[in-house]
Amino acid sequence: MRLITHNMLQCHVKACPPGQSYPLQIRNAELEALDAEFNADFVRRLIPKLDWKVLRSTAFELGVAQLPEECPAEPTEDDLQMIHKVALQTRVKEAEMVCSGCGHVYPIKDGVPNMLLQDHEI
Amino acid sequence: MSRPEHTAPPEIFYNEDEATKYTSNSRIISIQNEMAWRALELLALPEDEVAFVLDIGCGSGLSGEVLEEEGHVWVGMDISDSMLEVAKEREVDGDLFLQDIGQGVGFRAGTFDGAISISVIQWLCNADKTVNNPRSRLKRFFSTLYSSLARGARAVFQFYPENPEQIEMIISSAMKAGFTGGLVVDFPNSSKAKKYYLCLFAGYKDNAKDSPALPKALGEGDEGVQVNYASKRVHTRRKEPVDRKAVKDKKWVQHKKELNRARGKDTPLDSKYTARKRRTKF
Repeated sequence: MRLITHNMLQCHVKACPPGQSYPLQIRNAELEALDAEFNADFVRRLIPKLDWKVLRSTAFELGVAQLPEECPAEPTEDDLQMIHKVALQTRVKEAEMVCSGCGHVYPIKDGVPNMLLQDHEI
Repeated sequence: MSRPEHTAPPEIFYNEDEATKYTSNSRIISIQNEMAWRALELLALPEDEVAFVLDIGCGSGLSGEVLEEEGHVWVGMDISDSMLEVAKEREVDGDLFLQDIGQGVGFRAGTFDGAISISVIQWLCNADKTVNNPRSRLKRFFSTLYSSLARGARAVFQFYPENPEQIEMIISSAMKAGFTGGLVVDFPNSSKAKKYYLCLFAGYKDNAKDSPALPKALGEGDEGVQVNYASKRVHTRRKEPVDRKAVKDKKWVQHKKELNRARGKDTPLDSKYTARKRRTKF
């Protein structure tokens, strides 16, 4: 799972208190670098969709990069390259994602998060 | 037509044996590929733009590869571990999730620019556990999908409905979740090429009349290959009897007899009956 997807992912347990289902905390992560084609337009259109704070803190906690406090309002080519590197070229290979709202643990194995829920969580 | 939904739940039906078919069976691959292209066409993403697309029931990543070819960034989810294993082996670019779509699609609002799904949602109509109520699963799926799509985004589902009631159930669940759109049936007159595509538009919940028109289906009416109704044999009758001369007339018979006599063969004598037709009564 790349960090762009983590940035969009939220807990989908039905009883999870609203407002707390995002973001999922990544624990015991093992990372992997990917090779992805850089597309400036795509990254530029991605910026308003991203939750910058979450991306920043996740990147910091995982030790990927130190992103600026605020999202650059007028991103330069270098900014876009940096976002591309963090969001699209960093992949979480093994980890646990924990929801801070309901405490559900989503394990990530070989890059694939297991999002299956128990019957009582639907 | 066999219905895999009736044999076992998807996570069990799509085992390793079934999953290898999706890499080795060229027929399955070509059909899946074709349907993925058509779904992508119906999705009508803006041209020359890289989009963030969700592939629902991505399986071994065949449809994902179509998205990659077009340069899109995608995320796929599937309930079958074995199929995802195949996808990993193929080293697809998209992010994979082990997920039951009937439990909902857990993404933030407005994440995706579009969603495609090939031969998946008919599975939602089957209840394989007592807790699985098809209606509530469809409702949960469509409502969470609606919120994770951007405004104006489309979702295209190719599926194999078992009966008209299933179509009705699926479409009504989608409409209740706020989608507009409807069913596009390609090649409706062909039993083999006939394909159902559910085209849904997100973001027109309150102003349904601004919703874009449904894309045109392929092979409708005269375009498609049609067979004429052929229960009656067509007889073409000659208008006038053609006056044809008999080849073996009296002259010809006599010529032959003469030749035989010249060759010294036993030849009947000539009479008034020579080369005359017999009566019909005879």
